Amino acid sequence: MKRIAGMLLVALAVAGVLWADNALSITGAGATFPYPMYSKWFDEYHKQNANLSINYQSIGSGGGIKQVTEGTVDFGASDGPMNDEQLKAYADKHGSGILHFPTVMGAVVPFYNIPGVTAELNFTPEALAGIYLGKITKWNDPAIAGTNKGISLPANDIVVVHRAEGSGTTFCWTDYLSKVSDEWKTKVGKGGSVNWPVGLGGKGSEGVTGTVKNTPNSIGYVELTYAESNKIPYGNVKNAAGVFVKATLGAVSAAAAGAAKDMPDDFRVSITNAPGKASYPISTFTWLLIPEKFTDTAKRDAIKGFVKWALKDGQGYAESLSYAKLPTEVVAKELKAIDKIQ
Amino acid sequence: MNARLHWRKFLSAFMLTMTGVCALISVSVLFFILGYLVYHGGASISWNFFTKLPAPVGEAGGGMANAIVGSGKLLLLATLFGVPIGFFGAIYLAEFSGGTTAFIVRYAADLLNGVPSIVIGIFAYALAVLPFKHFSTLAGGFALGLMMIPITLRSTEEFLRSVPKALREAAMALGASKWKTITSVIVPAAYRGILTAILLAFARVAGETAPLLFTAFGNRFWSNGWNQPTASLPAMIYTYAIAPYDDWHRQAWAAGLVLLGLILIINIVARAILSRGIAVPRA
Amino acid sequence: MATTTTTVPSAGPVAGSRSFLSRLREGDEIARMITFLFAASVVLVTVLLVVELWQGSVLARHKFGFSFFRTSVWDPIFDQFGALPFIYGTLVTAGVSLVIAVPLGIGAAIFLAELAPARLSDALEFFIDLLAAVPSVIYGLLGVFIVVPLMRDYLQPGLKKTLGFLPLFQGPAYGVGFLTAGIVLAIMVIPYIISVSREVLLSVPRDQREAALSLGSTRWEATWKVVVPFARGGIMGSIFLALARALGETMAVTMVIGNNPIVSASLFSPGYSIAAVIANELTEATSNLHYQSLIELGLVLFILTFVLNGLARLLIVATSQRGAGMGNA
Repeated sequence: MKRIAGMLLVALAVAGVLWADNALSITGAGATFPYPMYSKWFDEYHKQNANLSINYQSIGSGGGIKQVTEGTVDFGASDGPMNDEQLKAYADKHGSGILHFPTVMGAVVPFYNIPGVTAELNFTPEALAGIYLGKITKWNDPAIAGTNKGISLPANDIVVVHRAEGSGTTFCWTDYLSKVSDEWKTKVGKGGSVNWPVGLGGKGSEGVTGTVKNTPNSIGYVELTYAESNKIPYGNVKNAAGVFVKATLGAVSAAAAGAAKDMPDDFRVSITNAPGKASYPISTFTWLLIPEKFTDTAKRDAIKGFVKWALKDGQGYAESLSYAKLPTEVVAKELKAIDKIQ
Repeated sequence: MNARLHWRKFLSAFMLTMTGVCALISVSVLFFILGYLVYHGGASISWNFFTKLPAPVGEAGGGMANAIVGSGKLLLLATLFGVPIGFFGAIYLAEFSGGTTAFIVRYAADLLNGVPSIVIGIFAYALAVLPFKHFSTLAGGFALGLMMIPITLRSTEEFLRSVPKALREAAMALGASKWKTITSVIVPAAYRGILTAILLAFARVAGETAPLLFTAFGNRFWSNGWNQPTASLPAMIYTYAIAPYDDWHRQAWAAGLVLLGLILIINIVARAILSRGIAVPRA
Repeated sequence: MATTTTTVPSAGPVAGSRSFLSRLREGDEIARMITFLFAASVVLVTVLLVVELWQGSVLARHKFGFSFFRTSVWDPIFDQFGALPFIYGTLVTAGVSLVIAVPLGIGAAIFLAELAPARLSDALEFFIDLLAAVPSVIYGLLGVFIVVPLMRDYLQPGLKKTLGFLPLFQGPAYGVGFLTAGIVLAIMVIPYIISVSREVLLSVPRDQREAALSLGSTRWEATWKVVVPFARGGIMGSIFLALARALGETMAVTMVIGNNPIVSASLFSPGYSIAAVIANELTEATSNLHYQSLIELGLVLFILTFVLNGLARLLIVATSQRGAGMGNA
């Protein structure tokens, strides 16, 4: 009996060692915003490169930034670009920098679950800020009803849903609210993780979607694809030019048009509240955070290969998942920037 | 006086019935949980569930093959790490140690036992992830193993102590050394209890999620070797349950059924072993 | 039971304790040293854990001091961290769970110890122990899909209609919140109360019961007025154990509490607990202060459960000894 157990153990240990040498595995973590896109990409890429598996964990942009800075993951992902402080922290810790690579663009939509209402509501910036500040508490408040004549809104309490953890989606949302509401800017501010005046916290975009889906009279903010694939109605938002725009891929691309022409070298840019009649005001790029220097050359080459694929073939999957393709100028610039990865 | 007596008798009957109701409620909760899991989980268990890897977000047809294997690897590591420490530590406590040392070790074990699993997770993250700069199955196994130590230690010690003195003295009288006595007489005599302790510790950590969040992390693919992050059943249940996709919900139920089934079976087997009594060599 | 390094007359003519060398030769000393190492590693790992918690929270402790426990603001942007909402949430959910679980648990324990025939008692105890083995995440799963909709659609509106004048039951019915978390926790801790209380009740000497009965009390009076008070310490101990378990629960709570760090008088309000916020934010706390504040929360939780577990054990042991001591009067 003991001998059998002993042999089994040895066999397992040997198997473990042998098994370990087989394929290359890269770990990344971060944003839940592009997760449907990334999970499709990594799955497809693995089908085409069976020896490489890129394991991506969607724990939120904040987690992506933190873990890539700690060095516990090989790359990160975030929809809120790292700020100067975070970049410095990374450089201090690693002795080299970290690069941002936009992968797709997306829209953050206000989606809701109001019994009896399936129509697209029109939201003004003031309405959104007021709801999330906790000042507008009922669905039939004039601030909302005023722009939605013809839709009967119930006198129910609004259940506000936000992200429980550090999130790039939150960054985009609060970035937008800070631009359109001075009160939001001073009281709450913009960031991946803020001190929310009201609301329930959902874990990840998945958690927020699940909460809104299951909670009547709720409103949340999430990437377009989550609302669409779960068939939850989402509203139009009034943009800087005064037009109520629905979050379509064209509207997102319109928002990015200006930034595409003047894209900074480090690719960190905000496209919320962009000018232009057709622009959707709560749009954002989403970035992969890739270290400048790699000690493991196999991993470096694998990641570079993946990024190239993502910028070309990968873009083909974007639209079917409700993400907007990158503008061609940005892609060209990025392909050149890949060489910075050593 | 009669009325008062009647009241007292009535109160007695009523309250005692209420206690029976309490017991009934408590026990029926278990059956309700089991029933619900069997109903929902049973419907979702499929060949896909056991053999396929997770599919991209939103697509149906994925499974939890990697999570099942991952949980297996994590539990194996936890057992390899936690059981020897608990077992040999218990031998020390029962056979070799003096009063003060025994007190300190027992106190430490009880302290460790009471630590909330999330705090164990913090500890394992700081010790086994950050310095090595990656999440890994090893770190997860370490965290779970830590939780197995106190249970194994205390139970094993108890069972070792419960071996009748007569056995020890007989062995000594025959000239056996301490160690020989332990290996050939005491441990075999207590083996049922020790096995039970190990099984119960195993069942306890099989369902733990919190410590794995920061150690084993998660993996959408197969986890090679022991140094990669790995998926695990409890973590998948958590991720899938709070997401909006119905297919994921179904998989969460199935995983819940598999996990709970495993844990309950281990518990029942452990108790069955123990109820056969401590093995005592026949006279 | 002291260990047996007794003097054993060895086979040869030399009497007295065996020499170190002979013990070494026969492997005893090595065995002792090796097993000592294992035992010591338990102590080492525990000490390391406490040190890690203490060192890991040094920034937060120095910056905030005791105001950490009074402040309600948890703001990662402005690096302001106050633990009050989490401590409040942890205590409130645990409190709610005890309010539900203690009467049910003690009632069931009384039934099992006093009324049920031995075999039924053992069988039911078996099932209740199985309930204790159900992992937290499964309770969370059931919480999300069963308890939350029940709360939102039936229980919360019902409570609002009947007891809505109390500040406890005001506010919109989200489904998630303190009350929901408390209910799920109650189910999780009942087995602990039942199994320990039952054992303690069983250890009460028979003559206590018999004396009461012989004086003309009804069965209930004998139980409630004599047996239970005798076992009071152990029952309190079981409650502390249950409390310690409830305080440390992570997964089930974070799935049903709403994850909102506020202090609210209403049980319908979403809240947050220490374990839940650590689970949600640890992997992404970018600033050092944020990370260390979370570690400090872990330290607080650790101390709380440590004190409670210690008290519980003292009470339970004291009661059992008391029972044993008075046994054969």
